[in-house]
Amino acid sequence: MGILLGAVAYDPKVVTIWDGFARFFAEAGLEFDYVLYTTYERQVAAHLRGDINVAWNSPLAWLQAKAAAAAAGREAHAIVMRDTDCDLTSVIAVRADSPIHTLEDLAGKRVGVGAADSPQATMIPLELLAGIGVKVEAVRHDVLLGKHGDHIGGERDAAKALMRGEVDAACMIDGNHLLFGKEGTLPAGSTRLIAVTEPYDHCNFTVLDAPTAAHRRFAELLLAMSYNDPALRPLLDLEGLKAWVPGRTHGYAPLERACRRFGLPPLGV
Amino acid sequence: MATELDLGSLGFDRGAHLLVKRALAASGQVHVRGTHPELLPHLRAWARSQGHALDGHTVTRGRADRWTGATRAGTAAPDGVVAHPEASWGFAARGALVEAGTAPQPFALHARDEVWTDDAARLYAQAAAAQWDPASIPWEDPGLDPEVEAAVVQVFTYLIENETAALLVPARFLGQLHPHFREVAQVLAIQVADEARHIEVFTRRAALRSPLLGSSTASGQASLGTLLAEPDFALAGFLLAVLGEGSFLSLLRFLAEHGDPLTRTITRLAAQDEARHVAFGLSHLQAHLRADPALRARLVAAVEGRHDALRDTAGLNADVFDSLVVLAAGSFAPGALARGWDAVARLVAEMDHGRRVRLETLGFGDDEAARLSALHTRNFM
Repeated sequence: MGILLGAVAYDPKVVTIWDGFARFFAEAGLEFDYVLYTTYERQVAAHLRGDINVAWNSPLAWLQAKAAAAAAGREAHAIVMRDTDCDLTSVIAVRADSPIHTLEDLAGKRVGVGAADSPQATMIPLELLAGIGVKVEAVRHDVLLGKHGDHIGGERDAAKALMRGEVDAACMIDGNHLLFGKEGTLPAGSTRLIAVTEPYDHCNFTVLDAPTAAHRRFAELLLAMSYNDPALRPLLDLEGLKAWVPGRTHGYAPLERACRRFGLPPLGV
Repeated sequence: MATELDLGSLGFDRGAHLLVKRALAASGQVHVRGTHPELLPHLRAWARSQGHALDGHTVTRGRADRWTGATRAGTAAPDGVVAHPEASWGFAARGALVEAGTAPQPFALHARDEVWTDDAARLYAQAAAAQWDPASIPWEDPGLDPEVEAAVVQVFTYLIENETAALLVPARFLGQLHPHFREVAQVLAIQVADEARHIEVFTRRAALRSPLLGSSTASGQASLGTLLAEPDFALAGFLLAVLGEGSFLSLLRFLAEHGDPLTRTITRLAAQDEARHVAFGLSHLQAHLRADPALRARLVAAVEGRHDALRDTAGLNADVFDSLVVLAAGSFAPGALARGWDAVARLVAEMDHGRRVRLETLGFGDDEAARLSALHTRNFM
């Protein structure tokens, strides 16, 4: 049996990416196909049923898969991830002229967050606040629920709400704070960061039970991909990485704490 | 040993990455300091996006290199043209470093010997310097007798039709030409612009009194259609520039000599441009013939083929011929008409002579040049 991968269709480019990688795997002699899901919840459920044998999971989907596997007496493994999935931080930004200077100053204030199920723009920053006992009014920007914040729109909407004065603070990934500055959503000098979360990890390829020979071959081929290969570079650019790295799981601790506090979203059918 | 880099107050939101990139290119490992309040989260985000490792404030250059296997697309100088530019060089400036894996662009004209002439840069520079402004022309009705004015309108109606073909032919090849041959593309582009301007001033002259212009015949259009249908750059250039526009050059000079003051002004300006078009056609065909002597036989076949294709058409619009006579005569007085007739006869002979001279310039012998000139379309263009 080869690889049947599950991925979530958060953007049309997902088809370009996996069609491209499928050609690469075929050339390498690995039987490979993929199935797209509309939500991570459906993907995790399908993985548990055995409809797919590898899932390209968001960090929240990883925790969902791990929990569901454990409940069934099984074990989930993160076999490979992107270099860009490692050691992300999220930031909480206020307007530069805001009287808010500390997280405590946010008590009772409106905080713009991303989609309800976004680890980076909602769950981890809100856990940071809740962890020190600061109660805020979270203003969600739900773009494509079930996609765990993969679509950048929710974070951008939160940033715009901050500039319009509709919220007192906004939460986003460090890289998006930089990007929103470049694109003019948050002009240079217009915001101030009052908090940076601890580093956390993002997506991984999840396998249930002990990895098979096909899984090992799949991981081996991913890890051998070079950004300097002109045939692969456009796909790696689209997927947002320079290199695949071996999976690791210690970087999910901040999200696990958030899930303990806020609960894991239930799986789909 | 990491290089020390002090960014001062400069942040990644205003270009700090430029300094870090430069330092990494030089040393591979850089310890970054600075006072910008968002330095660390932004440094972390930037390093991650670039595939660089970050330990504290120390960045270590990653192995990802977009420029592995990149190729240099010739050099920008005229002698930097290569014989066969890569399709993947595409739109890149000549002399640019082109990323490996760039999708090839299907430019059909990609062989230097088929399109290039060392004169292209000079001809383009001349053309750019010689552009003239139709608005600077005094657009006053020269007050001709209505019957003579009607003849002038007919002549310009014919000229517009022909200039439209002269615009479309280079425009079509421009879209097929590999941009590596920048100077040739520039010549073709300015040629198209020249023809656009000619169409403008000829239309203004023709429509001075009425928006209803002269006649257009089926045979005239059939003749121009064979120009547009020719898919080969060398053959189309031969038929259009060397034979067609060459003949037109004589016609424009005739009008500059015999026309009213306004007609003289605009045809004199147009003739300057057309002379360059002919010069480019001759120059690139001479270069092409040097590289590929077999082209000569194809040129002959092109003239013969076009002649055969037009064998059953009527040739020049009779109204145009008569109008040239009236224009040169300036009136319907019998003596004037006779002089006009003679002038047009001299024009036809001059067109034939010009074609023969240009054919001889391309290396055809006297007899062959005379035979080919005689086969040229009776529609002039």
